[in-house]
Amino acid sequence: MPTQQKLVIAAGYTVLILTVAIFVFLAHQSWPFFAEHADLSFVTGDRWLPVSFPPSFQIKGFLVSTLLITGVAVLLGCPLGVISAISLAELLPRQVGLVVRSLFEITAGIPSVVFGFLGLRIVAPYVARVFGLQTGLTGFSAGVVLSVMILPTLVSLAEEALRAVPREYAQASYALGATRWQTIWRVIVPSARGGIAAAILLAIGRAIGETMTVLMVAGGRLTTPGSIFDPMRTLTALIASEVKNAARNSAQYHALFAAGLVLFVITFAVNALAAAVIVGGKGRRSS
Amino acid sequence: MVGKTEARVELQGVSIYYNKLQVIKNVSLTLPSKEITAIIGPSGSGKSTLLRAINRMNDHIQGMRIEGLVSMDGQNIYGEKVDVVALRRRIGMVFQRPNPFPKSIYDNVTYGPKLHGKISKTELDVLVEKSLRQAALWDEVKDRLNSSGLDLSGGQQQRLCIARSLAVEPQILLMDEPASALDPAATAKIEDLMLKLKQDLTVVIVTHNMQQAARVSDKTAFLLSGELVEFDVTKKLFTAPRDKRTDDYISGKMG
Repeated sequence: MPTQQKLVIAAGYTVLILTVAIFVFLAHQSWPFFAEHADLSFVTGDRWLPVSFPPSFQIKGFLVSTLLITGVAVLLGCPLGVISAISLAELLPRQVGLVVRSLFEITAGIPSVVFGFLGLRIVAPYVARVFGLQTGLTGFSAGVVLSVMILPTLVSLAEEALRAVPREYAQASYALGATRWQTIWRVIVPSARGGIAAAILLAIGRAIGETMTVLMVAGGRLTTPGSIFDPMRTLTALIASEVKNAARNSAQYHALFAAGLVLFVITFAVNALAAAVIVGGKGRRSS
Repeated sequence: MVGKTEARVELQGVSIYYNKLQVIKNVSLTLPSKEITAIIGPSGSGKSTLLRAINRMNDHIQGMRIEGLVSMDGQNIYGEKVDVVALRRRIGMVFQRPNPFPKSIYDNVTYGPKLHGKISKTELDVLVEKSLRQAALWDEVKDRLNSSGLDLSGGQQQRLCIARSLAVEPQILLMDEPASALDPAATAKIEDLMLKLKQDLTVVIVTHNMQQAARVSDKTAFLLSGELVEFDVTKKLFTAPRDKRTDDYISGKMG
């Protein structure tokens, strides 16, 4: 085998090796924690008290916050994103489409700290006023900002899925007397549903992993939120805010790695599901 | 003979342009009702464009412009008040590559009827069986109506597409090289089917397979570079063509 070919193959394996290495590193760093707390209270308990005596490290509150904020982002962002994708793929004139698409690309390039700032100064006060809250720094506000941040991923992947639907399907539909609207909703969107589902899952993965925005906008309560309008802290925000203060190899340090491992497993599962949907969809189409 | 050739579709001086390029040049012909008309000609002669002018499928192409008159039962189908959706219910179309939807066999057939209003499940069941029988596919698929249309063989897929068109009960069926992607056995089935279909409807087939045109059609139109060279009873056109160019084409000296 020529050397170039070996190098290219090696590069392909790098991603696999890196992923495994990250997992091994997280597992290794959190091992001392799990060795001491070999029960489920880590994820079912509500007490995160890193500097108490004795300290307590339980992450249910952060897990629930992550799920709630992701839920809001997905519920608000997905309908908008999928409809935007349909509009881009099927309805907008080409020139307008180019402009809209590049605007989405620019949005994707905005640093998340800027989104956090916008959330802090615009979304949070507005949410506080509309819902009559003491503070707008809530999970809901963070979810609203996140719903915009996931749009670029969602729209470009969903649009790609819609464009991959063979034109012959649309032709057949028109020839049967379908209107454009009927063709979009009864043929094109259903034919692309696998790809759209994958786009939504990848957007969920993106929302779960987002850190800076939620750290700035969601507030910082450490216990399980009672409602989406409570201040809360996600797993990512927890790790980002505490890791610099945790003494190396302290109990808190290992507990944060354990939280990171949980986060890794969740996002890995969501992305793996997305990959499975994509592969499954392709297999069926070619049969 | 007069009753049998009662005209349904008539083209008068039809020219079609894609932007500045003229692809159909002043074509006039009358499609005899309940007969099979074949449109033959070399690649790029405008066969498909002419076919698609009849159900206005060219409307989707940007820069398309049509001159002249295409009429159905005396009504100009490009007239301002014409409902294209209603027109296409009366004129079905089968494409070159079988294109069943990635849906069940049942849903493929009911797609058209469901577009045009509410129909009861019982009526749909009846329609599915009738259309699949008409397309000579019923016996092969009656036990698996819920499996995907994509799981069928190429020839079966094409017959499913024919059944899907028949389910909206068109008066005319346009077929754009319907057998060019199929093997000889599947092609023979499609040809048999066309001969049966002409008892109920008018069939127009585009083909670059001259044997096919000779086998199935009653009348043949020979198109060359967008121009209608000759239009005659099939037997006559193939045995005693009037135009030298037709003779060259059917004897294999061209295209």
